[in-house]
Amino acid sequence: MVYLTRKLEFSASHLYHNPAFSAEENRRVFGKCNNPHGHGHNYVLEVTVAGEPDPATGMVLDLKELKEILQREVSDRMDHRFLNYEVPELSGQIPTCENIATVIWRLLDPKITSGHLHRVRLYETPDLFVDCYGESIGAQAGEGDAR
Amino acid sequence: MKLHLWRRYKFCASHRLHSAQLGEEENRRVYGKCNNPYGHGHNYVVEVAVSGPADSSTGMIANLADLDAFVEREVIEPFDHKYLNEEIAEFQENIPTTENICIEIFNRLRRFSLAKLERVRVEETGLNSFEYAGEPAGVAHER
Repeated sequence: MVYLTRKLEFSASHLYHNPAFSAEENRRVFGKCNNPHGHGHNYVLEVTVAGEPDPATGMVLDLKELKEILQREVSDRMDHRFLNYEVPELSGQIPTCENIATVIWRLLDPKITSGHLHRVRLYETPDLFVDCYGESIGAQAGEGDAR
Repeated sequence: MKLHLWRRYKFCASHRLHSAQLGEEENRRVYGKCNNPYGHGHNYVVEVAVSGPADSSTGMIANLADLDAFVEREVIEPFDHKYLNEEIAEFQENIPTTENICIEIFNRLRRFSLAKLERVRVEETGLNSFEYAGEPAGVAHER
């Protein structure tokens, strides 16, 4: 098994606010992230695909194809967007690093048809990042989607 | 869906690698410059991974403010700007190699109650790093 990682950067704004909390509770739980005007980050995404190199091409999957998938599924949706309001997949969720990484996993997993998605790592800053390991459709082909 | 939240911290400290079980010459041979009797220092980087479901009301595995306060109290405050050999009780017997520092930090952080500690990674310099994820259940770490 070989693990291939492709990196992507996107910049976006967000804010943390739970309408079920009082204003005071929102400020206490989310601190500066509760600023109603939002704030932004340069996110760095690392997508790792696992698989065996194809004997004919020597590749786990075509990097150009992966680059296009990342462009379409992640950059086009999230780059230079306000995540709370402009990304329907995050609507009703607080756009924490945990939730964004989970959404990215679900967007990418069905699109990776050579090898299978192994890990989504999303950096919000160099000091804060999340690893998401889902149940890849590709890794359990024939066993159905257990999610 | 399994999520690991990683947080990166820094501390600066000095240490000396010297084994009481080895002679002077053997210590110099094994540890080289790190055996300098006056010690020397590093800018350590500590990465801590915790896991758990993202809470549905906050979207978080653990509130960073809680994790930061815990790591600050258990590791950064006691280790930062200290001479590890003399000022951390565990390193008066154990040699403060980055391997042992990594295990000690893991053991201190496993008491965090708001998420499960998964892994600790320590960089001594940008060129070398060590990771520790605890021992399998029921196996105590022998030092």
